Amino acid sequence: MHNKTISELAAGLRAGEYSSVELTRHFLDRIKKYDPQLNSFISLCEEQALAQAAAADDRLKNGEQGLLLGVPIAHKDIFCTDGVRTSCASKMLDKFIAPYDATVVEKLQQAGVVMLGKTNMDEFAMGSSNETSWYGPVKNPWNTDTVPGGSSGGSASAVAARLAVAATGTDTGGSIRQPAALCGITGIKPTYGRVSRYGMIAFASSLDQAGPMAANAEDAAILLQAMAGFDERDSTSAEEDVPDYVGGLANDLSGLRIGVAKEYFSEGLDPQVEASVRAAIDMYKELGAEIVDISLPNSGLSVPAYYVVAPAECSSNLSRFDGVRFGHRCENPQNLEDLYKRSRAEGFGAEVKRRIMIGAYALSAGYYDAYYLKAQQIRHLISDDFKQAFKQCDVIMGPTSPSTAFKIGEKADDPVTMYLSDIYTIATNLAGLPGMSIPCEPVKGMPVGLQIIGNYFDEARLLNVAHRYQQVTEWHKAMPQAFS
Amino acid sequence: MSLTPDDVQKIAHLARLAVTEDEKNSVANDLTNILDLVEQMSQVDTTGVEPMSHPLHMTQRLRDDEVTQTNQREKFQSIAPSVENGLFLVPKVIE
Repeated sequence: MHNKTISELAAGLRAGEYSSVELTRHFLDRIKKYDPQLNSFISLCEEQALAQAAAADDRLKNGEQGLLLGVPIAHKDIFCTDGVRTSCASKMLDKFIAPYDATVVEKLQQAGVVMLGKTNMDEFAMGSSNETSWYGPVKNPWNTDTVPGGSSGGSASAVAARLAVAATGTDTGGSIRQPAALCGITGIKPTYGRVSRYGMIAFASSLDQAGPMAANAEDAAILLQAMAGFDERDSTSAEEDVPDYVGGLANDLSGLRIGVAKEYFSEGLDPQVEASVRAAIDMYKELGAEIVDISLPNSGLSVPAYYVVAPAECSSNLSRFDGVRFGHRCENPQNLEDLYKRSRAEGFGAEVKRRIMIGAYALSAGYYDAYYLKAQQIRHLISDDFKQAFKQCDVIMGPTSPSTAFKIGEKADDPVTMYLSDIYTIATNLAGLPGMSIPCEPVKGMPVGLQIIGNYFDEARLLNVAHRYQQVTEWHKAMPQAFS
Repeated sequence: MSLTPDDVQKIAHLARLAVTEDEKNSVANDLTNILDLVEQMSQVDTTGVEPMSHPLHMTQRLRDDEVTQTNQREKFQSIAPSVENGLFLVPKVIE
């Protein structure tokens, strides 16, 4: 049952081959059997999941439509879930029971999904390896000595090992796409504003965006269809209609113009990863696409600009964790300042503290122009590069990550080296564009991701382009043997 | 740009984070390395480039001034570290 697509599961549920309760039990059993090796879940919601499954079975009996009805998925532990611990993988929120549901959670619940549990992640989504979690690192099911990527590493690992049909993720600088690439699954970061941020614990508000992580593009389209749309509770939610993502999946690709930027095949890219990505792009020629050489001259500045913009916004957002109204509070505070300082020092891990301090420094008197203003100007240049490029092409393709999954511990002590893991994904967040990662040919048994970047609100095209590739290749069907 | 342990003390205070003497050196080193990475921005001439604070050019939406949320004080205070009579408790601020 765990190797089926969402459409196949929907058909099986309606044909009475299995009930949602049976399906849910099957995944809960898999989690109990395999997750001790992976640590991809922070919280398991067994009772609630079985109750939701029973309710879905009733709705199915009444003939209710909807592909997601009764399908078990997992939520990244950054989404608030009413009555269920929402930790953001931080000691700060270890005992935080969210008092309301995020819009994404609510919308998927209305579509009838079953929530198996909450997945592990980098603390407050700050990391590229899932090693900064208070609950310990997540392992990559393709080689448990390696990282799954981050920050949505638990979601990626769980979907890759088929401990859940699919999972939600969030992407501030690559946190859906990079773990999707490293774990061999399909993930899409929609256009900024496409999916509501309400109830999604904020990291960097002008960059954060939620999206689905799934086994294939069709499943991702089904999930995004349910997740996307205007939400008045998110002040930067886009008032754009949601197109029919599933209906457009099979569209012909004849005449599709694929932009290939030389900057995305630069020094630091593993040659075997490059070969795999180039072979995938070549495959698109057979599907009728043409390749256009483009340039994104300022892309080298995306990592430096990001490490001002994101920490600045994070230092502001995370000031709400002050030990007063919710979250961790230190023992015996001597005065209010001591309460703030020790609650925060004890509640946050090293990487979160580093970013808060970088942000506080960049925004402090005398440094604002040199750092924050400068970074925002560079953000404009990076955005303009994409505007120019999309005059020549419909999508941009390149690698998602410069290498396959690296060893646990390999980059953990060197923040700057870790930051460069996201060198190909960050620019799209700065510009607010949608980006996707799909599996192409593995290197030495480890997954490689092809990144596809689209123009604003062009998610339908990204999903279509990804789906057509998956119709003529089998990479997305591969499963890590130890978890089959 | 090289940060000293004293700089770390100042920044940590701005961020309301307690740092121990032992941590200051390694934090100074980490932050310096990150700022060196960020420093690459200074090579680019951005004269006249408008700062971009947000990816979408949207204006703040307004809504009618009507009550949209119900009071859920008890639910919200049930997750607070310390409350009394509907108030959040903190150490004494004014002597």
